[in-house]
Amino acid sequence: MYYERPETLQDASRLLAETKGTAYILAGGTDLLVRAKSDHFEADLMVDIKSIAELRTVHHTAEGFAIGAAVSCADLGRHAALKAAWPGVVEAANLIGSAQIQSRCTIAGNLCNASPAADSVPAMVAAGARAIIAGPAGMRTVPVEAVPVAPGKTSLGQGEIVATIEIDNRPPRSGDAYLRFIPRTEMDIAVVGAGVSLTLDETGTIQSARVALGAVAPTVMLVAEAADAILGTRLEYAALERLAEACSAACRPINDKRGTVEFRKKVAGVLARRAARIAYDRSRGA
Amino acid sequence: MRFDATYQDRTYKSVGTRPVRPDGVDKVTGRARYGADFNMPGQLVGRILRSPHAHARIGSIDTARAEALKGVKAVVTADDLPDLSNGDQAHHDLLDNCMARSTAFYDGHAVAAVAAVDARTARQALKLIEVSYEVLPHVVDVDEAMLPSAPVLHDTIFTDGVDPRPTTSSNVAARSEFGHGDVDAGLAAADVIVERSFKTEQTHQGYIEPHACVASVNSDGTAELWVCTQGHFVYRQKCADLLGMDVSKLRVTSSEIGGGFGGKTHVWMEPVALALSRKAGRPVKLVMSREEVFRASGPTSATSIDVIIGARHDGTITAASAELRYSCGPYAELWAELGAMTSFACYDLQNVKTVGYEVLVNRPKTAAYRAPSAPMAAFAVESVVDELAQKLGMDPIAFRIKNAAREGTRSSYGPVYGPIGIRPTLDAAQAHPHMHAPLGPNKGRGMACGFWFNFGGQTCTDLNVNADGTVTLAVGTVDVGGSRASLSLVAAEELGIPYEHVRAVVADTATLGYNDMTDGSRGTFSSSMATISASRNAIEVMRSRAAMMWDIPVEEVIWEDGHAKAIGASYGNLAPLSVREIAEASGKTGGPIAGHSEMVADGAGVSFATHICDVEVDPETGSTRILRYTVIQDAGKAVHPDYVEGQYQGGAAQGIGWALNEEYVYGADGRLQNPGFLDYRIPVCSDLPMIDTQILEIPNPSHPYGVRGVGETSIVPPLAAIANAVSNAVGVRMTHIPMSPPRILAALDARTKG
Ligand SMILES: Cc1cc2nc3c(=O)[nH]c(=O)nc-3n(C[C@H](O)[C@H](O)[C@H](O)COP(=O)(O)OP(=O)(O)OC[C@H]3O[C@@H](n4cnc5c(N)ncnc54)[C@H](O)[C@@H]3O)c2cc1C
Repeated sequence: MYYERPETLQDASRLLAETKGTAYILAGGTDLLVRAKSDHFEADLMVDIKSIAELRTVHHTAEGFAIGAAVSCADLGRHAALKAAWPGVVEAANLIGSAQIQSRCTIAGNLCNASPAADSVPAMVAAGARAIIAGPAGMRTVPVEAVPVAPGKTSLGQGEIVATIEIDNRPPRSGDAYLRFIPRTEMDIAVVGAGVSLTLDETGTIQSARVALGAVAPTVMLVAEAADAILGTRLEYAALERLAEACSAACRPINDKRGTVEFRKKVAGVLARRAARIAYDRSRGA
Repeated sequence: MRFDATYQDRTYKSVGTRPVRPDGVDKVTGRARYGADFNMPGQLVGRILRSPHAHARIGSIDTARAEALKGVKAVVTADDLPDLSNGDQAHHDLLDNCMARSTAFYDGHAVAAVAAVDARTARQALKLIEVSYEVLPHVVDVDEAMLPSAPVLHDTIFTDGVDPRPTTSSNVAARSEFGHGDVDAGLAAADVIVERSFKTEQTHQGYIEPHACVASVNSDGTAELWVCTQGHFVYRQKCADLLGMDVSKLRVTSSEIGGGFGGKTHVWMEPVALALSRKAGRPVKLVMSREEVFRASGPTSATSIDVIIGARHDGTITAASAELRYSCGPYAELWAELGAMTSFACYDLQNVKTVGYEVLVNRPKTAAYRAPSAPMAAFAVESVVDELAQKLGMDPIAFRIKNAAREGTRSSYGPVYGPIGIRPTLDAAQAHPHMHAPLGPNKGRGMACGFWFNFGGQTCTDLNVNADGTVTLAVGTVDVGGSRASLSLVAAEELGIPYEHVRAVVADTATLGYNDMTDGSRGTFSSSMATISASRNAIEVMRSRAAMMWDIPVEEVIWEDGHAKAIGASYGNLAPLSVREIAEASGKTGGPIAGHSEMVADGAGVSFATHICDVEVDPETGSTRILRYTVIQDAGKAVHPDYVEGQYQGGAAQGIGWALNEEYVYGADGRLQNPGFLDYRIPVCSDLPMIDTQILEIPNPSHPYGVRGVGETSIVPPLAAIANAVSNAVGVRMTHIPMSPPRILAALDARTKG
């Protein structure tokens, strides 16, 4: 196996496009290197993207945030403006693993690993984040939810790299939140994850909402019915109940070692309700 | 000199203090050498090929392609480990578990092994070994395995202990029974009866260090083994038996140990490493991956238990009975029997009966896990005891005190108790502020008692007095929990010298007599007794040397405060001689000074504990947090209180993991779904509160200092204490361990729908 550390996105894309064997992009490596230890893992090429300077920064412009694919989750936690605008996205990134893991791992890696349980992904989907993809044919932009297509599979073609994650700036009276359920207190994998992003009008009525669920279907789910259930409300008890019901109804979970269908459905509703409450309070500046 | 082991009340200078452990600096700086840290020149890398099937007949194994691969130095299968058992079933089973012979009995069962020049080649070689399997129907659930329709693992097994002997073979290897009195009559006299069934899932000890060894067999038939083990003398015996070697030709050195908890009392891949080295003619290092540790070593039994207890309105238990079904993996052992013995050991009962069934399933061979079999039985019994107390409207501690065993009680498993500590732990619990702290909504408190036998066994110790008066102590019980520090304290106490002057090491099997392994909570109990004996023998030598130096009769020399002192009016001018002074002169007074001791340490003394636990349960998610936890246990005498507390806390921490999340999850195909720490959830630091401990010291009459073993009892009450706490928090009796969030939520939903 060859290890390459290109310094430009073009070189990285070319290396990946030209290889005949199995190639992997290496960001933080917190998924990839763990997998590489398994007896079943075979690779011919690993392309480390951490030496590509433009992927190592967060740009904040009049439009929003452009997060380079090699920026660590720990760095996101230290980015004051991003944290102020998108506390839910940052708290999701900072739930991943531990301090050691966060100092290496990336949200682009979290997305491209295509695990249904990835923590930052529901938060990114709720935030309306976009992935800027660099490839042999140039750049293209897709909503982040279009990247994972099945557990462990993405829509990326050969030679394509997620270069940047873009998220808009926030209108006033907006807030987001992410909650996950794990049986332990940390170092665990989400059995259910829920991300909620809201914008209110001056009266505190919800003007726009996005609700995303993780670990309850093969890929992250954007649940429009759940958002509809709280639009035009002030998140009263009945609205929260409708939100929870819509989430439970939308889930398509499986029974596995991490949880049962019934458990995941119920807890998806509970977490969405709790995350919505936090996002609502954040929107009001409470 | 004859050694008197009876307890003598005394005041201590060293024992009971908390000095730094001798192995501490090495461990925190990473210098300590664990199993995988040993290396030999020319060493090969060993790997094991494991069955992907839960149950399969092995047709043929073709190793030709693997053997032809450049860099492969040996491939072994069962053919390289000939069956020397000669009718000894236990020996045969051990061999079969190390390397499957005709049948793979579980997912992960070893079927072949390779030794190659590097890890990559070894891994490639595994892929080149072709095994043809005939997949057989399998069974992993303990209750299903007992059904007449279940696939039978061995058609040679006809339940032992049943009269008349069954005529058809089954997975029930043996039945055992304990008790006295008349349970039916006792139940008829009861005012209130509680009867319930319980299940517990299989758990792993979760030792952080995987199994690891380096084996080196020489062309002259001698061999060395460096290995992570709880008992190198036992490993030597087992490996020599399995490989047909003279015991004297195999030298085993134990490494530092990153946890064992019973899992490192059995040999797993060590005989395979020796077979590989024998065939390759070079040293072979074999280290299990975490996945192998889970799939192929150490789990405890999964269980299914029925309990019935009756009591009168005044709180007197009139009868108690339990039926216990324990999984053994593919080989018959005595796990249910241990459960049946311990079930009701805390109580003074007129009418009691327990029946145990050893059940064979397609899971890895069950191994000892800290007070093996007792925690599950205690979970079932203490849950029913708690419910009974509630039905009687009695305080759970008062109810237990009313029925607690005491000196003179005939235990449910037979023996009559001497002085025991169950009542004092209950009294301490009743007085503890924890029992009286207020509880908020969604919170619950539970308490439970636990019992363990403890063990003494064969022990051999050498104490050498060096020329500068310092002391080297060579022990043969592996230091799993800080025993080198404790034994150094004991030697210092006896000799009257500072702790810092004693250095304890674990000697290898060629340099010391046989020692049983560090199990049964025997490490400090038995080796401290042997250390006291060895120290007293060394003192005898030093007295005679002092007599020689002074040229007076030895009868006129006494030992006091670390010095030889001449007694009698005529010796008033003789200054006492220190250990150092006597040692410095030893070259002229008869040579090196040493004390030796070999013994069977009897009278380990049973052990009891009471635990109290507060939990908070999120009623919407079923998530449980342990808020507060208190361990109260009798230590007899705490030699090094830090390590006694460490054992109490460690047992509670493992029990918390077992109670809430840890479990082997098998798929429909009989393969283990969670062979790693991601999905086999042991507690992380932030899952645990500071575990509070209270050491009680009720002296063991059969030890000079009153010491009892403390290592195991602490894992017996937690499952029950936490189940009682959760049940009290949610208002539903939890009967299935682990009480994972999905199980708690399902129980709550069932009640709502109910
Ligand atoms: C101890 C531990 C704890 C963990 N805890 C959590 C947790 O709590 N929550 C959670 O969600 N995850 C967790 N993870 C998984 C992992 O840390 C995350 O998924 C992390 O975000 C992956 O990022 P990375 O940069 O390390 O990815 P890498 O391992 O570098 O890559 C992951 C995958 O994505 C591909 N890839 C990476 N970057 C790109 C790119 N820019 N374009 C295209 N493809 C790319 C890689 O080829 C690989 O297939 C944990 C892992 C460990 C080891």
